[in-house]
Amino acid sequence: MSETQSAKNTANLKIRRGGPEQPERHETFDFPFEDGQSVLDALRWIRGNKDASLAVRYSCISANACKECVMRIDGRTGYACTTPLRAGEMLIEPLPNKRLIRDLVTDTLPPDERL
Amino acid sequence: MDQNVGQYLETDVLIIGAGGAGMYGAISAAKAGANVILLDKSIVGRSGATIMAQMTVAAAIGEEEPDDWRFHLKDTITAGRGLVDEPLAQILCEMAPARIWEMEDWGIGWARSVAGGNHITQAHAPGHDRNRCVYVDFLSTGPASSRTLRNQVRKYDNIRRISDLTVTDIVVEDGKAVGAVALHLESGEPVTIAAKATIIATGGLTSMYNRNSASANMGGDGFALGLRAGAELIDMEFVQFFPIGHLAPRLIGMDPIMWDPFRYKLGGRLLNGDMEEFTQNYGTAEDGKYVVTRDMATYAIVKEVEAGRGSPHGGAWLSFEHIPKPDLRAAFGPVIDRLAKVGIDLTKMAIEVYPIAHYHMGGLRVNDSLTTNVSNLFAAGEAVGGANGANRLSGNAITEAFVFGELAGRGAAEAAKGQTMPDIHDSARPYLEIITNAGARTGDGPNPTSAITELQKLLQQDVGPFRTGEGLQRAVAAISEMQAELPHMPTGGAIAFNQQLGDWFGLRNMLAVAETIATAALARTESRGAHQREDFPGLDEAWSYNQVIRADGDGLHISRGEVRQLS
Ligand SMILES: Cc1cc2nc3c(=O)[nH]c(=O)nc-3n(C[C@H](O)[C@H](O)[C@H](O)COP(=O)(O)OP(=O)(O)OC[C@H]3O[C@@H](n4cnc5c(N)ncnc54)[C@H](O)[C@@H]3O)c2cc1C
Ligand code: FES
Repeated sequence: MSETQSAKNTANLKIRRGGPEQPERHETFDFPFEDGQSVLDALRWIRGNKDASLAVRYSCISANACKECVMRIDGRTGYACTTPLRAGEMLIEPLPNKRLIRDLVTDTLPPDERL
Repeated sequence: MDQNVGQYLETDVLIIGAGGAGMYGAISAAKAGANVILLDKSIVGRSGATIMAQMTVAAAIGEEEPDDWRFHLKDTITAGRGLVDEPLAQILCEMAPARIWEMEDWGIGWARSVAGGNHITQAHAPGHDRNRCVYVDFLSTGPASSRTLRNQVRKYDNIRRISDLTVTDIVVEDGKAVGAVALHLESGEPVTIAAKATIIATGGLTSMYNRNSASANMGGDGFALGLRAGAELIDMEFVQFFPIGHLAPRLIGMDPIMWDPFRYKLGGRLLNGDMEEFTQNYGTAEDGKYVVTRDMATYAIVKEVEAGRGSPHGGAWLSFEHIPKPDLRAAFGPVIDRLAKVGIDLTKMAIEVYPIAHYHMGGLRVNDSLTTNVSNLFAAGEAVGGANGANRLSGNAITEAFVFGELAGRGAAEAAKGQTMPDIHDSARPYLEIITNAGARTGDGPNPTSAITELQKLLQQDVGPFRTGEGLQRAVAAISEMQAELPHMPTGGAIAFNQQLGDWFGLRNMLAVAETIATAALARTESRGAHQREDFPGLDEAWSYNQVIRADGDGLHISRGEVRQLS
């Protein structure tokens, strides 16, 4: 986040980490945000600044066009790029009904498009 | 199968990138009888610029008023400021109507005017001499194009679609493209694809800049793939910046260039951080009308921010607060509602704008059948350079994806016909090693993900909308430093869906491409279209040629190529 931005609130993102074979584990990252910033903004910031190994799928970033950033946010299915951040703890998990690949990435490809 | 080398696939035609150009190419190659592999580093049909476009597609179909492709061509050549490859532009304009009608047959649903006799509506866009631009309501041109093409692609059993597969190198044998190697992100495994003909349809490069309208997959891969394969690039210095791209507040689900039509219809006021009009200080007073040209607006905003008078996020304010609510609604009804949903009330607040990288005019140098100088290597879509010269007309980019995609697909299928399947087990090996070695590099150190952010800032600053010799030299030096660090950057090791490894390959390409842009921009000591040099203002007729770049073991070679004209 650049200095020109005036962060008012902090979201504490509790993120489900790891792959299918690993025991369930959560890791929390704090992200100071300003109004209008999305969950995906926070996840991308974490990748760039805190932990580049965080796996999260996205393409269009905020155009709500690619639909790739679908995940569980506070227990509900939604798009990370259109879900606004809020202060306090937010629970971020992969989709429960799809095969887990790692972290927030699940197998959402059409079956005939896999390698 | 040898375990270390991963899967080995074979196909007549390999298409790298599944946006508008790649999907159109797959359809026409499949129609011509070829077996096709259509792959994408993210998800087929969802990941590039095509699905994100919301505005228009230019084609002289003459539904709204009489038109002819020759008029379209004339406008394209004028916009391109002396550098348009005219034979390519002719193909673009002449074949555009057929593609628009074909897409209509396939059910895209171009917007129609029922009252006016049920014809396709064509809007007027800047730089066109008449109403020429078709679209899908409301702001759905890109999504509808993608959906339509995806549905067609699915109809062909001879097209194999593969998502999450990033091509890292094209395999070349004796100056001939014979396929590619790729990284499967989910498993981290390399994949080899032998192909009789290969099409680069990887789109543009605007995500190399930190202010952009891009998706995450527009890092210029195809230009680097081509360059390493021995292909020539043309016009790399011409990156189109859109002056009033959306900056803040965060806006979701809207095209960042959406404020342009607002300004055309309603004017609006550009204000600096002190809420004062400022364009008059750079030569043009606005008076509530949209009279400031694109390059002037870009210049004024960049300079105002540099002088410390930017808006909070480092741009300019764009205000429609003085426009009465009913006028706003009359002009943009449903869009006003969508803005309200994300908390933007234009009658009460200004928004912030800044120039954003939006499109790349330059690209792979091709002949009239879209072949590069490397045999069996084609290019299509935004990856192609030349058709738009130094500046692109709005609406020409999607047209280019359709037209060049269709043509390259046909050409590649034809080229594949006379050939036997190449065996690339041996020739692919060194390229596969790059994947294995990169994947094995764990440890600490600057990671490629944050290095990309650094590069984006550098390019925005020194190779952005306004350039100086000093800044460009600084950029060339910084790029070469980063290139030296690249082989040592850690990639996170063997984990599933390792995006850090994907980023390493992204950075590798970005650096190669950045070097071509900076080098070409440094050499061109004039200002023309999208290339603006502060130290060399104004167009210099002596520079009316294209710059051509190729690479070999000794580095980049830049030369001058005569602009191809129609006789
Ligand atoms: C927000 C936005 C709005 C626009 N609006 C308009 C408009 O209204 N009218 C207009 O004419 N133009 C518009 N443009 C430009 C136009 O959309 C593009 O030029 C055009 O869609 C490009 O099509 P393409 O198929 O060449 O590339 P893309 O659609 O970008 O597709 C390229 C594909 O290649 C894939 N890829 C990249 N590298 C690799 C690799 N190494 N391996 C495998 N796959 C790879 C990407 O994931 C992507 O899916 C807009 C662009 C943007 C960004
Ligand atoms: S990133 Fe594309 S819809 Fe969220």
